[in-house]
Amino acid sequence: MTVLRPAGEFDESYATDMATIRRGWQWIALFGLIAGVYLLPFYASQSTVALVNRIAISIIAVQGLNLLTGYTGQISLGQAAFMTVGGYISALLAIHFGWSFLITLPVAALGAGVIGLFFGLPSLRVKGFYLAMSTLAAQFIIPWFTRNAFPELLNGAQGVNVPVPVIFGIEFNTPQKYLYLTITFLIITTILASNAARSRMGRAFVAVRDNDVAAELMGISPFKYKLQAFFLAAVFAGVAGALSAHHLRHINSESFNLNDSVLLLGMLILGGMGTNLGPFLGAAAVELIIEFATIAGPIVSAWIPSNSAGGVQALRPLLFGLALMLFLIFEPKGLAHRWQLIKAAWRLRPFAR
Amino acid sequence: MNWQLVPQFAVTGLLAGGPLALMALGIVLIFKSSYIFNFAQGQLLLLGTLFTWWLTVEQGLPLGLAIVIAIIASAILGLVIERLALRPMTGQPLLAIILMTLALGQFLQGSALLLFGGTQRNFPQIFSAAKPYKIVTPFLFNDKPIIIILKQNLVWSFVVAVLGVAIISAFFQFTKTGLAMRGASEDHELAQSIGLRINRIFGISWAMAGMVATVGGILLATSSGLDLSLSLVVLSAFPAVLLGGLESIPGALVGGLIIGFSSGLVNASKVQIIRKSAEIVPYVLLLIILVIRPEGIFGQKRIERV
Repeated sequence: MTVLRPAGEFDESYATDMATIRRGWQWIALFGLIAGVYLLPFYASQSTVALVNRIAISIIAVQGLNLLTGYTGQISLGQAAFMTVGGYISALLAIHFGWSFLITLPVAALGAGVIGLFFGLPSLRVKGFYLAMSTLAAQFIIPWFTRNAFPELLNGAQGVNVPVPVIFGIEFNTPQKYLYLTITFLIITTILASNAARSRMGRAFVAVRDNDVAAELMGISPFKYKLQAFFLAAVFAGVAGALSAHHLRHINSESFNLNDSVLLLGMLILGGMGTNLGPFLGAAAVELIIEFATIAGPIVSAWIPSNSAGGVQALRPLLFGLALMLFLIFEPKGLAHRWQLIKAAWRLRPFAR
Repeated sequence: MNWQLVPQFAVTGLLAGGPLALMALGIVLIFKSSYIFNFAQGQLLLLGTLFTWWLTVEQGLPLGLAIVIAIIASAILGLVIERLALRPMTGQPLLAIILMTLALGQFLQGSALLLFGGTQRNFPQIFSAAKPYKIVTPFLFNDKPIIIILKQNLVWSFVVAVLGVAIISAFFQFTKTGLAMRGASEDHELAQSIGLRINRIFGISWAMAGMVATVGGILLATSSGLDLSLSLVVLSAFPAVLLGGLESIPGALVGGLIIGFSSGLVNASKVQIIRKSAEIVPYVLLLIILVIRPEGIFGQKRIERV
């Protein structure tokens, strides 16, 4: 997809050409949007704010997955496992050392990254489907570890209660207050992710994705960049896991399970792989589908009386699976691609596309 | 190690590997013909088994008839899935196809919960629960021979599973359709150019996978009850598939048995944490095999060109 700019818009300096945000009005729109999200607690209901929190946390995890799967082409079924790692590390540091959230979160991210590096090691030998299986192994081994290892520290299958983060004397104990944390970290990770994608490393990721043997012949070490991608993906997952654990104030081995890993991959596909916009659109779409299932569940349960309790639990995977299948068949490039098409059509109007 | 328990757990584990092998077989069947790894095999199994339960318990059909109808129905389900979900994905990248089967799994899991509800059910006993078999081994412990006690359903599930693998091996070896499917697995375009109908072969392999899944599910449900978590059992069959080699039918059997055997052996340990590791043993084996020999024991090594 070539970049289609509005007629008469030219880049007059190298800086404008390189910039992600090129026009003054785009800056204004961006700050307007950020301000609108930050001010949500003043005009939106608590459930909306909680939904935005969930979406923001999902976006961070999907951004990491996007670097690994979207840019580097390594399929990962273990993103949720690395969220578990991040959540536990942050929780334990906060409980046992009383460290501030601003310290536990980066440490948790790094810890998750190291574990991610370990499970990325098979990418030295295998790729494609086989690599997906080795990340699936992470999804089983890590929760098992939290259930069974160091019972006095990790408290087995019960999990641990996570303290409320306190920063500069402010307790982030309601969804409204927590929103400031999630959105701030989302802004940071967005800047990191979009710049990582267009750095030397990001270009190398794409080369490895398109053909790793050819990339190696051009002097790009596939193993090095695959491991970097695994590390980065797990770091993002660690941030998302820590944010989620301190938000829900509890974490156990089932907090982030295989279904969540599939959900994150689904968000990436729905949004569009290898784009910066994709994780936003995908995470929002999937979380809205899940929200819709929560509303529609009781209605469906009423239709099928034999199954009065399970309507919500049934509709969530059903609708998510259906949406993902339809997207894979009819819109495999995701919502971000559709957005590009809409923009292009608008700019070319009234001429044909 | 509790040495006096080793024979018991080793044999139990080996026998438990039988149904596992049957599930691995269903995955291998599809992969062999179409290079699709079916992550939805567990949900196929769940739906087939729930349908059998519904026919026999809710509708009062005799168990044998119910099983036959369910096997036919799951073959049709396999055909429908192939036509509606996987056919449009032909030629798409690997990630899209993997995600398609994952999405399919989510969809089928949700459908199963919606149609049948999530309660734990008792599946009718096929093999008598009383009178387990006793085998006296030549090993002595405290001057008494070690006796292995085997439940009937464990033994017969194993027999059915091995029979299933044997029948399908024979099908691939001796029938024309089976030979055509093997030919198709070598190269899709080449197979089409010599007049094999690729679409029909994919359909047949999905139908067979559905049937195998239902048989495996019934075997599991009759020994351990039936609820929605049945679909998760297949997760420990994935390592069996990779262990044996993705294209190999005997490999599915051997892989299943190795996984069952090693999970069983771990249970004989005296250390609690090692006993508890039985649930991740398949995946640890998987990681080891991926690093040492990614193509599996019987699989084909692929050479890649740029």
